[in-house]
Amino acid sequence: MTHNHGDGPSHDHDHDHDHDHTGGMSHLGEMDARVRALESLLVEKGYVQSESIDQLIEIYETQIGPKNGAHVVAKSWTDPEFADWLHRDANAAIHSLGYTSRQGEHMQAVFNSDDTHHLVVCTLCSCYPWSVLGLPPTWYKSPPFRSKAVIDPRGVLSDFGLNLPETTSVEVHDSTAETRYLVIPQRPEKTENWSVEQLAALVTRNAMIGTATVDGPL
Amino acid sequence: MSKSELQPDLTSLPDIVLDDGEPVFDAPWEAQAFAMTVRLFENGLFTWNEWASSLSAEIHGGIEREYYRHWLCALEKLVAEKQIMSLSDIDSRERAWHDAAARTPHGEPIEL
Repeated sequence: MTHNHGDGPSHDHDHDHDHDHTGGMSHLGEMDARVRALESLLVEKGYVQSESIDQLIEIYETQIGPKNGAHVVAKSWTDPEFADWLHRDANAAIHSLGYTSRQGEHMQAVFNSDDTHHLVVCTLCSCYPWSVLGLPPTWYKSPPFRSKAVIDPRGVLSDFGLNLPETTSVEVHDSTAETRYLVIPQRPEKTENWSVEQLAALVTRNAMIGTATVDGPL
Repeated sequence: MSKSELQPDLTSLPDIVLDDGEPVFDAPWEAQAFAMTVRLFENGLFTWNEWASSLSAEIHGGIEREYYRHWLCALEKLVAEKQIMSLSDIDSRERAWHDAAARTPHGEPIEL
């Protein structure tokens, strides 16, 4: 297993960041802190439980759907020039489709092939590129998922029902504040004449973080 | 537990954007604010009508804001009205979270 610690190309800091890197310390967005304030007080006073809030978010997160990211993936399947651009400069390629990240992160696209399957783990939930992928799954933030993904990525994938051939190696990427990853899954078979919209509808969030592949038509 | 049992009548809320009956969020904190409201309602802290009128008052209060910013302001005011906490309690806790973030190395969970 190759463990890529997200040392992507360096980028300038002129663009709009809503986090900073002051002394390597964390920073919460204005609204993040405000919501946390209300929730933590309500929890302490016993009016609500964090777990039950998370559970409800989980019901909605799959509904929200990573439509932006799915469009990027489908476009890369149908347009080799775009795929090449996405490979070289994911930020610019994604931006060209009208998706701007409010998080100001450096995005890197990693392409699955028969030889290599990419899996993204996150060491911090705020590193998740939600502007491209929609809301993160709640299990994604859990310490067991993260540690197991690093130690035994094949085991994690098989927990998700994804059993890769022995000949496919698994590359694990740590999402960081500097670099966040978008997995470009392989285009499924029997979709030769499909439109970008039809293809995008096949792409799930889990496929774009590498815990699933994209199924074609039966 | 099916979704319909969990879900109060979203269509009764002013100006809410729904996609196929589901709320649409632009950021994780919006989903968090939404889920918190639904749980408080389920726990009997307020009725759905109370919530709808609180949100409506906020939206029509003459300040231009993004939808879920209105939502959170309305929730804070309703919680204050119920004398659960004051807005200044929330202000000081908000500062505490920022302070906690500032002393937490990047990549570690932020705790108060």
